[in-house]
Order: sequence, then C-alpha cells, then structure tokens
Amino acid sequence: MIFAVLIPLLVACFIPTISKAKSKIHTGIFTFFVPFFIFLYFIRFVGEDFTPIRQTYNWIPSLGINLDFYLDGLSLLFVLLISGIGSLVVLYSIFYLDKQERLGHFYVYLLLFMTAMFGVVLSDNVFVLYTFWELTSISSFLLIGYWHFKERSRYGALKSMLITIFGGLSMFGGFILLSVITNTTSIQAMISQADVILSSDYLPLILALILLGAFTKSAQFPFHIWLPDAMEAPTPVSAYLHSATMVKAGIFLIARFSPIFSGYEGFFITVSLVGIVTLCWGSYMAVRQTDLKAILAFSTISQLGMIMAMLGFGTTAAVFAAVFHILNHATFKGSLFMVAGIIDHETGTRDIRKLGGLFTLLPISATLALFGTFSMAGVPLPFLNGFYSKELFFDATLDLESASLLAELIPYLAVLGSIFTFVYSMYFFFGVFTGPKQLNQLPKKPHEAPFGMLVSPIILVLGVILIGLFPSMINAPFIQHAAEAVNSNAEYHKISFWHGWAYPPLIMSLIVVVLGLALFLTRKKWSGIYKVLPGKLSFNRVYNSLISKLDTYSAGITNSYMTGSLKLYMSLILVTMIVVTTSIMLFTNGFTFSASNLADITVIEVSVVIIMAVAAIATIFTKHNMAALLILGVVGYGVALLFVIYRAPDIALTQFVVETITVALFILCFYHLPKLRKTDDSGGSKLMNAVIAISFGAMMTLIGISAHSTNLFDVISDYFLETSYKLGGGDNVVNVILVDMRGLDTLFEIAVLGIAALAIFSLIKLKKNKEAE
Amino acid sequence: MEIIILILSGILFATAIYNLLQKQLLRIVIGTALLSHGAHLFILTMGKLKTGQPPILTDGVSEYTDPLPQALILTSIVISFGVTSLLLVLAYRTTQENKTDNMEQLRGKANE
Repeated sequence: MIFAVLIPLLVACFIPTISKAKSKIHTGIFTFFVPFFIFLYFIRFVGEDFTPIRQTYNWIPSLGINLDFYLDGLSLLFVLLISGIGSLVVLYSIFYLDKQERLGHFYVYLLLFMTAMFGVVLSDNVFVLYTFWELTSISSFLLIGYWHFKERSRYGALKSMLITIFGGLSMFGGFILLSVITNTTSIQAMISQADVILSSDYLPLILALILLGAFTKSAQFPFHIWLPDAMEAPTPVSAYLHSATMVKAGIFLIARFSPIFSGYEGFFITVSLVGIVTLCWGSYMAVRQTDLKAILAFSTISQLGMIMAMLGFGTTAAVFAAVFHILNHATFKGSLFMVAGIIDHETGTRDIRKLGGLFTLLPISATLALFGTFSMAGVPLPFLNGFYSKELFFDATLDLESASLLAELIPYLAVLGSIFTFVYSMYFFFGVFTGPKQLNQLPKKPHEAPFGMLVSPIILVLGVILIGLFPSMINAPFIQHAAEAVNSNAEYHKISFWHGWAYPPLIMSLIVVVLGLALFLTRKKWSGIYKVLPGKLSFNRVYNSLISKLDTYSAGITNSYMTGSLKLYMSLILVTMIVVTTSIMLFTNGFTFSASNLADITVIEVSVVIIMAVAAIATIFTKHNMAALLILGVVGYGVALLFVIYRAPDIALTQFVVETITVALFILCFYHLPKLRKTDDSGGSKLMNAVIAISFGAMMTLIGISAHSTNLFDVISDYFLETSYKLGGGDNVVNVILVDMRGLDTLFEIAVLGIAALAIFSLIKLKKNKEAE
Repeated sequence: MEIIILILSGILFATAIYNLLQKQLLRIVIGTALLSHGAHLFILTMGKLKTGQPPILTDGVSEYTDPLPQALILTSIVISFGVTSLLLVLAYRTTQENKTDNMEQLRGKANE
C-alpha cells in the first residue's frame, strides 16, 4: 500500500521533465495512468469476504510515528473514490486545459494531492494522518491559485489555506491530547480504548479540537465561506478536490473517530446540529447565486452538511445512508461540475443570467445535467441514486436514538433543506438549458463539447443510473464494509424503491417535490428575502475584517521596534539576554560561591590587572584616535602578559604577534577614519547604555564565579595530557589538540581567515575600480 | 586570583558593551576588540589558573595547566583578529562611501 500512496509523488518528480520534453503530447495522458492503475489495484479488494489489512513501515519509531497503513471498508471506499474520480478528472482535464497552460505545474500539484489524500484515508497513525492532512491543504492552495495572475484566485487560495490550516492545527492539538491519554498513536488502538477517552476530563476539548479540523476541511457552517471562493480553481480541480474528495476528508475524519465518540451526547448534538444547519444554509444560499460553479459550491456545502448530520446521528441506518451518499454525491456532483466546466468552456461564461436555451445546442451535456440535477434534487424516480440516499436520510431523521428537542426538530429541518436543494437543482438545469436564448450575450458561439470531454461525465452519470437501478448491487461487497468500519453494529440494508404510500420518507420526498416546485416557479417573487437574510450578516465580512486587522496590527507591532537603528536592536538583544539569564540564575539558585581551591594572588598580577582595567575604562573617555589605539594596545599586551603568567606560552606568543599586527592595522585605518568625537547622546541615553553595559559585565562575572565554584564533572583535559604523545606524537599538548585532535576545526578556522582576507581585499579593491571609472 | 581575573573580564565586557552601543563606527570596532579580550580571559579562568607547568610534556613533571582552554583561546585569537580587521576595513569603506561614520545615519531607506 505504501506504493499506492507514494507512486503519485514519485511520478510527480518526473512530470516537469516529461512536460518539457514531450510538448506535443498532453502531459495529462501520462498522468492519467497513475490513478487508473491505483484504482485497478484497489478494486480487487471489493468483495463480500473483505477483511481489513494492515501494513507497517518504520519511520520514526522512537516517537511512535510509523507509516501504518490500514485498509478497511471506509478507507477502501475513499481510496476508490480518489483514484476513480481522479482518473476521470485527469482524463477530463486533458481536454479542458490547453497545452499552452503550465501543465507541468498543474499535474505535479494534482499528483501531490493524490498522495496526500491516499495518505489521509489510509494512515492509521494520527501524526502521519495529520501530516498528509496538511499536505492536502497545501496542494489545494496551490491548485486554487493555479491561475495566479487573477486576484480572485489568490484571494480564494489564501482564504482556503488559512481556514483549513487553522482547523488542521486544532486537530493536531486534539491528536496530541488523544495520544497522551491513550499512550498510543494508532487510531485502531485508540478505538479499542474508547472507554478511557470517554472517561477523560479532556473529552470536550479533544472533541472540539478534532471537530474544528473536520468542520473547516468539510466547509461546515460557519467555516463554509472558503469553498465558494475556492471555485476560482480550474474546473477539474473543483470537481475533484472541492466536491468529491478533499472536502470529504472532514467527513472521513468524523467517520473514522465515530466509534470512539458516538457514545457521547455532545458528539451527537454538535455534529448533527452543525450538519443540519449547514444543509439548510448551503441550499438556501445556493438559490441566490448567479455563477454556475458558485451554485454547485453551495450545493456541495449543503450536501456535506447532510452527510455530516447523518454521521452525527450515529444510528446504524444513518451511518449506512451517510456512506451510501458519499458515493452517490461523488457521482452526480462530479458530473455536474464537469458539465459546468463544459458550459464555461463552450460559451465563455458561467453567469446563469446570460445563459439559457442551450438544450438544443448542447444536447448531450444537457442530458447529463438532467440526470445529475434530478438525482441531486432527490426526485423520486427509480433510476436516480440521489433519491435513494435522500430517502434513507429522511428515514434516519425519523429514527433518532436521542429524545431531545433537537431530535424533534431535525426531520423538519431536513425537509426544509431538501426543499431548497430541489429549488437550486431545478434553477441550475432550467436556467441553463431552457428559456430564451441570449446568444448575443455570450463571448463564444456555443456548440457541443468534444467527445473526450464528455467521456468522464458520461461515466459518472452511468454510475448514477446504475446505482439507481440496482441500489443493492454494491451493498454487500462494498457499502456494508464501509458502514461497519464506522459503526460495528451496521446491519445489512436492502435498499428498495417502493415501500408503499404510507412510508413516511416517501411522503417527505413528495412534500419536498411539491413545495420545491412551487418555490421554484415563484422564485422571482420571494427573492427579496435575501436582503433580510443574510443581508449584511456575512461571515465573509468577518473574515475580511479579521485578515485586514491582522495585517495592520502586525505591521504596527513590527514597525514599532524595527526602526533601522542597530543600536536599538543591540540593546534589545542584550537586555533580553541579561533579563533571561539573571532571572534563571535567581529562580534556580544558580549562583554559588566558594573561596576554596583558588590560586594565590601576587603583586605582579594585580598590577597588570589594575593597569588593564584602567585602560579599558579609559577607552570610553578618549577623544583622540591615537590615544584610543594606544590604550587598546595596553589592554591587548596586558592580556598577553597574563597568558605568560598563567603558563600559556603558545597563546601568549600568538597574542603578542596578533596584537602588534592589529595595532599596525588600526594605525593604517585611523588615518582615514574621522576623529573620535565626544558622544552627543543625551544624559538618559548615556545612563541607559551604562546600565546595560555594567549589568552585562556583572552578569558575566557572576556566571564565571558560579562556574568556577561548582564542579559537576571531571575535567576532560587529562585525556589530552595522557594521549597527546601516544596519539598525536607531540609533546606540546596545545599544538596536538589544534592540529591533530581538533584538526578539522583548525582547517575551518583557516578557511574563515581566508574568507576574511578575500573580503578585505575586495573591499579595498572595489574602491580603486570605482575611482578608475 | 581567579575571582580578580573574572572581575577584570567583567570590566572588559562592560566597557566593550558600552563602546558597542555608541554611534561612531570606530568605537564599535574598539568594542569588539575589548569583547574578545574579555572572552579570552574568561575562558582561561575556566580551566583554573597556575595549577602546574605549561602543557608541554616533560619528563619528571606530572602537574600541568589545563591545555584545553588554551587551545580554544588560540583558535579564538586568530578568528577575532580576522573579525577585527574585517570590521576595520568595513568601517573605512562605509565612511568613504557614505561620508559619515554615525550609525544612526546609516539606516537604509524605508521599504528597503
């Protein structure tokens, strides 16, 4: 399975080369085989006797992070969706995207997304899952911003990334808490410890964090605002990421963790409420849109809400319906997106106000859209899969385990949301394909799309019809296993079309059709309601003002200290150092003082020290270049003298030589540099500098005394003294350390000096050239 | 004696920092030179002072001073020499180009 996950990534590495070398052949043709073969690989697992498979590859075993792949019914459903729809989308994109586009980029992003998505649905390790999860956000960001020259694309890309990554980070927090509580990183192991998690004090927090991740990813109310803006992506991407796969990652996450949380009342309330509100709000808002893809975006939001609500119910019937609808939604919504792409491609616009009467011009597309929209609306016809899942949904709302007020309300809200679903489905179909033709308003003269572009939606619509005609065909081998992974008590459901007139879900469906039709026909008359709700109440406004405030405030904070004054930066760094170090010393009782084991004090040393101290202080007050230089020389030679006294002949020698050269160098430069001036700092500023300088010096002295007074480890120098001759063959231990034991350090030291010499040379040389010009 | 040397090293650090916080480039260079002197004395003291003969193996001698700080300081002297010379030349060039050696005037332009 690791190959299935990583193959898209591997192929992605070669795409840039292929797309350059074979410019005559569309890059998509190479890409197509990747998801297609993965689909063929996984389709063989479909069968009644399927059992979950588990494979482990070590990655970071010390942290419990391994590439654990776990294929159960739920993963299988998603893997087949990702690879199946992926193949169709790539096929469709071959005809949708022109060869002039940057195809290399497009397919690299798309393959990156496939790897990420396979990783999300197959990982059993929460941290690996999180990694792939964020990778889907990043690839989605790149794909939405594919046409990066458009301002709307960049806005949409950024918005989707900010919202989904915010959710992803919350989810990560939830995962960390989960793994701390259960002491494992495996999801299956967590499920087996569900009682530990359910009795934990952190349960509400964990649930909230993980749900945030799922709700942002699956565009649930009020985080749905990123999905309509994500429609700036090329249509194949919208069909793939933003309707069939990525937005269902949140659903997948909820389904995956359902076995843990389903026993918790808060889970039912939150997930069902958010789901059902999203269903109503999404479908209500869809009717208002004028852009074809925006209608589909809100429709996706509302359908995702419906699946989310069913997972929230958690009953066996609801879970089964949810899994069934995941598949159905992918078929009809995928085909509708592709049809919307065809209309855009062939007419040059997606504005439904300019479109109309295209049935005769685009007959095949129109037929496909007919099946897609009617299935989405849940029209009770025996060859539309959308109707079955909608009926199962209604059935599930009537049979809730909870007895709260919310449970009473849910069937009514479900019907309300479905009425609007019906309205926007009709609006989409009849708005585009019937009514008066307005060909003069269209940028292009419309004609039927090339056959290649139609293949993918045709296959998807065939799926709609086949599932509709034989709804129970894939139950036992496929859907059943997926439902079992979510709720182990899931029972076999025979889906049938007719249950008799008195079957309540059928009555609900009929109410939806009748009221929906009425609302659709009188749409113009009640459209004023959108001025009241949402009116000015818009979550986009909240998002926009948040983002712009964030920009202003962070710029303000940065500007307050990034003034360009190096002195200020230096002071800030030093003050931080002093405060942090001394407070740590204070709080940990780091300061120690012991007067034992000290060397004796002699007059010579003390006089050298006093001379040096006076000289060092004098550097501050000198006003003459030469005087400053001489004083600095005094300090330098004083250090050399101390080295002699403390039996360090090598460094004393080096210090004398270096000090002499430095003094010579200073003399050379002083001649060219302006005279030292008396500082023109104000008194306060001087005082500040003095305080910083003195406290830093005092801090260093204190650290030194503490270090000298504590003896935590044996000195390691004995090793050098013992082995100097044996290993290095030299009597001078310092030299042996430098050239032998730490030879590489010395080599790099020489390199540093060389670089400094080159820099100095070029600094001087540069001027000569300039003068010559 | 170690404590006296550490106090001296503290004084060197303090004067170095004070010089570093000045506006004139030359003072900053002097500051870095003082800083390295202070650091060298600091490192030397960490190995305790006058504990024996210079670390050159001789027959009949068993007590030596700690060779490790000396090796570190030797490296450091050379590096700080490189740094000081580079800074000097840099200061010289900066002054030539910008006609000022005042750091507060060398801020670059806005949005740069």
